[in-house]
Amino acid sequence: MTSPNETNEPSRRAVLKAGVAGLGATMVPFGAFEALGAEPAQAAGPVTAPPAAASRGGIGAALKRVEGPLKVRGAATYAFEWPVEKPAYLYPLLSTIASGRVTSVDTRAALAEPGVLGVLTHLNAPRLAWADEPEVALLQSDRVAYHGQIVGAVIADGIETARYAAGLVKLEYAAEPVDVDLRTDRDDLRKPQHAQGFGQLPGDLMNGAPADTSAGDFAAGLASAVHRVDATYTTPVQHHNPMEPHAAVATWTDDEITLYCGSQGVSTPQELLTRAFGLEAGRLRLISPYVGGAFGSKDFSALWGTLALMGARLVPGRPVKLSFTRQQMFTLVGHRPAAIQRVRLGADARGRLVAISHDAVQETAKAKQYAEQTVQASRSMYAAPNRRTSTRIALLDVPIPTIMRGPGEATGMFALESAMDELAEKMGLDPIELRLLNEPQTHPETGQPFSSRHLKQCFEEGARRFGWKNRARKPRTRRKDGWLIGTGVAAATYPSPRLPGSTAFARVDRDGRYTVRIAAADIGTGTWTTLAQIAAEALGVPQNRVTLQIGDSSYPRASSGGFSSGMNSWGTTVYEAARALHAAVDEHGGKVPPEGIEVTVGMPDDPRLRQYEFGSYGAQFAEVRVHEDTGEIRVPRLLGVFDVGRVINPVTARSQLLGGMTWGLSMTLHEETALDHRYGHFVNNDFGGYHIAANADVGSIEVHFLDVRDPHINPMGSKGAGEIGIIGTAAAIANGAYNATGVRVRDLPLTLDKFL
Amino acid sequence: MKPFAYQRAKDVESAVTTVAARPEASFLGGGTNLVDLMKMEVLKPELLVDVRHLVSRTIEPAHGGGLLIGAGMSNNELAADRRIRRRYPMLSQALLSGASYQLRNLATVGGNFLQRTRCPYFRDVTMPCNKREPGTGCAARDGVQRDLAVLGADASCVATHPSDMAVAMAALDAVLHTVGPSGERTIPVNELYRSPAEGPQRDTVLERGELITAVELPAAPVAAHSRYRKVRDRASYAFALVSVAAALEVRHGSVTQVRLALGGVAHKPWRATTAERALVGRPATEAGFRAAAEAELAAARPLAGNAFKVPLARNTIVSMLRDLTEGA
Ligand SMILES: Cc1cc2nc3c(=O)[nH]c(=O)nc-3n(C[C@H](O)[C@H](O)[C@H](O)COP(=O)(O)OP(=O)(O)OC[C@H]3O[C@@H](n4cnc5c(N)ncnc54)[C@H](O)[C@@H]3O)c2cc1C
Repeated sequence: MTSPNETNEPSRRAVLKAGVAGLGATMVPFGAFEALGAEPAQAAGPVTAPPAAASRGGIGAALKRVEGPLKVRGAATYAFEWPVEKPAYLYPLLSTIASGRVTSVDTRAALAEPGVLGVLTHLNAPRLAWADEPEVALLQSDRVAYHGQIVGAVIADGIETARYAAGLVKLEYAAEPVDVDLRTDRDDLRKPQHAQGFGQLPGDLMNGAPADTSAGDFAAGLASAVHRVDATYTTPVQHHNPMEPHAAVATWTDDEITLYCGSQGVSTPQELLTRAFGLEAGRLRLISPYVGGAFGSKDFSALWGTLALMGARLVPGRPVKLSFTRQQMFTLVGHRPAAIQRVRLGADARGRLVAISHDAVQETAKAKQYAEQTVQASRSMYAAPNRRTSTRIALLDVPIPTIMRGPGEATGMFALESAMDELAEKMGLDPIELRLLNEPQTHPETGQPFSSRHLKQCFEEGARRFGWKNRARKPRTRRKDGWLIGTGVAAATYPSPRLPGSTAFARVDRDGRYTVRIAAADIGTGTWTTLAQIAAEALGVPQNRVTLQIGDSSYPRASSGGFSSGMNSWGTTVYEAARALHAAVDEHGGKVPPEGIEVTVGMPDDPRLRQYEFGSYGAQFAEVRVHEDTGEIRVPRLLGVFDVGRVINPVTARSQLLGGMTWGLSMTLHEETALDHRYGHFVNNDFGGYHIAANADVGSIEVHFLDVRDPHINPMGSKGAGEIGIIGTAAAIANGAYNATGVRVRDLPLTLDKFL
Repeated sequence: MKPFAYQRAKDVESAVTTVAARPEASFLGGGTNLVDLMKMEVLKPELLVDVRHLVSRTIEPAHGGGLLIGAGMSNNELAADRRIRRRYPMLSQALLSGASYQLRNLATVGGNFLQRTRCPYFRDVTMPCNKREPGTGCAARDGVQRDLAVLGADASCVATHPSDMAVAMAALDAVLHTVGPSGERTIPVNELYRSPAEGPQRDTVLERGELITAVELPAAPVAAHSRYRKVRDRASYAFALVSVAAALEVRHGSVTQVRLALGGVAHKPWRATTAERALVGRPATEAGFRAAAEAELAAARPLAGNAFKVPLARNTIVSMLRDLTEGA
């Protein structure tokens, strides 16, 4: 039998390239993995999901998460929890200035502390073989580019010793002026370029899209409009804050190097770290069976991996454990960048748009140019002959932003869908009617057909279920017990990309048991369950005959989980592997020889990917209450109807969308990281200060799917369901708050002071 | 966290003597505030003297018809007590609005009074802070201002006291019973907290080593008709932006008795005596409530980032008094 490594070898070069391409798109919520059952082996054995119950399974089956019981029992091994012998602990040391240099380092007191094994700083950290990626290139110079940057680490026998000794390391700095002000009138705003992935690919934005687009003559179009909206919307820095902190356990031996590391993917970070440390291909193995939430922050996941590996190299053979504190997570693992967006809409007398523009100015770090697709949804949502979008970034002394929960669309659609509500209000039109009037027949910029777009049905079904027709059209007309009551609606859209670079292995044994292996990830989204369903369907066998193995970089390479691309990318690959396996069995005359049959195949190309626009859609409805005296805001009810293509598993899909809508609620009402403009640090960097919706903030949330198959996207007919749930929620709530109070808040979050 | 020693004192006297004699020693209650601050190295005691078992965890009748609450009682136990719920509902409500169920099980009454400010600049050892390190300056004043004080602040410190319980205690004229190096004494809650102008590094008038043993709630029939309202940035599990503890008695349309205290606005639970004076003997009308609230808040000196607290406090006071008048 071929080992996974050998199987992998021929494609490794090609894969590395594809991996870089894949990076631009990886993100999103992540999930759980299925490990070895209760007693994981020391050097992890295969990471395998328990078989589904005796059910036939397959696509559409309402299966519960296969790893659920392990998680509930506390038996699922998250990164920090891998049992290892006699670990050492690493505690990072963060900069206390936002810009400048480290001028002196005194580690004597720390080294003198009993139990301290070593102190890493830029003076003694290993020089990396490849340090072009700022998030990987830790401790490579004395330069400080943001407050809370890693400037050292202590490795010790005990976790408390490491933490205490970190406080004994004395660093002196030469501080430089701090510049963290995001304003649209800065004269150094620039158009992002090659902001994708690691700056090696064409395309301006993180996802490879251009920064700016235009069609027709926007100015003339706007001038000809009968009704106009011109409004500016602002959104703050927000943080992912997954429950599980960013953690790693690294062991460096003469042959293998193992890294247990909660991550949205295993292949890409394995490749990055291999390159950074100049290792032979395959020597580093990254294992990530379960992830306790990621939301984008564990995608470009090389930073804490680098640190753990540096620590492990210092104490060869001994496992090194690292887990960031909540406070450290505010600067080390990314954030949603603050943005200022101007949206202009022009409509004719009937409400048909004649001009749309969406201009975004967003923050990024001097340390790394990250630019997200804030204006992207405005390129495809509505028909209008004259249109433009633009993206500008300000390079500031802030920590490095990254993809977070629907990056771009989550904030961009807050702006666009608020503006649409403002236009409907101005015209006295029902906001749903206005949207349906402007449904495009083909993509408004590219002219390509949509593979499937059922936004109208989402609105119609949502309106019926929500009771939209009973709403008070005039703001500030409904009140009860001191609360003003309103309702709001917004559209949702999110692309359904397929990322390149996945490969899958499939095997059949003589006894008719199947194994499918792919280095995919489950970040809590349900991959363990749903990818097994796809495999069973593709193989045409009951699911309990299929064993799925994911979450280990020694498996055939896969793109990371993010960008709502996982099922599309991995599912398509698994389908292809199943097809190849069937063909191989046919070649054996339909008989499986004693040694079994196995195949390893890459994801197929499909010309249709270039002929259609692929995306998911949704309609979000909100009931909002605002207290007349205090401005307190509550959302007793959210309802979403989504077109995510064919639903692979209604249980996990509902859970994902419910979570997305809850995040949407949270980003609308609460989430805001405050930046101190003098010191350049994030001020409210813990759960006491950074508010996420509490149980009491979450009322009824209803999730419905259309469950209509997309004819072209992939063999499953499924579209992305990862992030669509968070898109549009903010606008639906803000529009509902306007309907309740007559106060239009264009600045997230919708805190009570804005309604006083 | 700096290494520290832990000790369970065998009696009140030795606890007091130990802590009085050692500047780096500290009493330990539930630890929900102290241990957090130790992890961040905001506080670095070398010795923790556990006092939870030394002070009473019960409620006894006090003379004059009041209640004497043991300082070791948990926040949840106190909130759940029938006598408190019936006779002083504002206190029970204030406690239940604070922290989380789990924290309230651990947090003690004594520790609650002495919890430190949540000012993020106090809690970040890399920032200047006169409360943490006298003479370094106040980073909060020109920083992120949302949670800062609007009443009673000083250029040296604009931090707020975060306790909900203490706001109700202030409205109820509660009195602390303490044992210190120089013996026993009583301290009205309304005299416990020092103004920042007296030096923000010391929150209270307690002496080093002075142990809170109990809190006395005087009899206050008006308190049976009382409420606590906490306005905050989410529906639960957040500190107050503004909170109001109010008790009201109205006869023949006029205010005969009133208790009013504010949380989230000052370095201490803010007893609204100006408003109380403006209310008593006057008609219980919305206009009257508003005028009284405005009179109290006339002294407010808000910053740009917390100016909203002034109208918010005003509106909350008015709506509380209105609700209490309507008997709702
Ligand atoms: C996440 C979180 C949320 C919270 N939310 C709220 C909230 O919404 N509202 C609110 O009011 N509070 C809130 N709190 C604070 C909580 O109420 C306090 O932490 C708690 O009341 C402190 O009590 P403790 O017994 O744990 O005190 P400790 O932490 O043990 O001690 C606090 C201080 O009191 C001293 N001390 C303790 N007992 C005595 C005594 N008998 N005599 C003299 N000195 C003593 C200690 O030396 C220390 O200085 C929150 C806390 C957390 C962690």
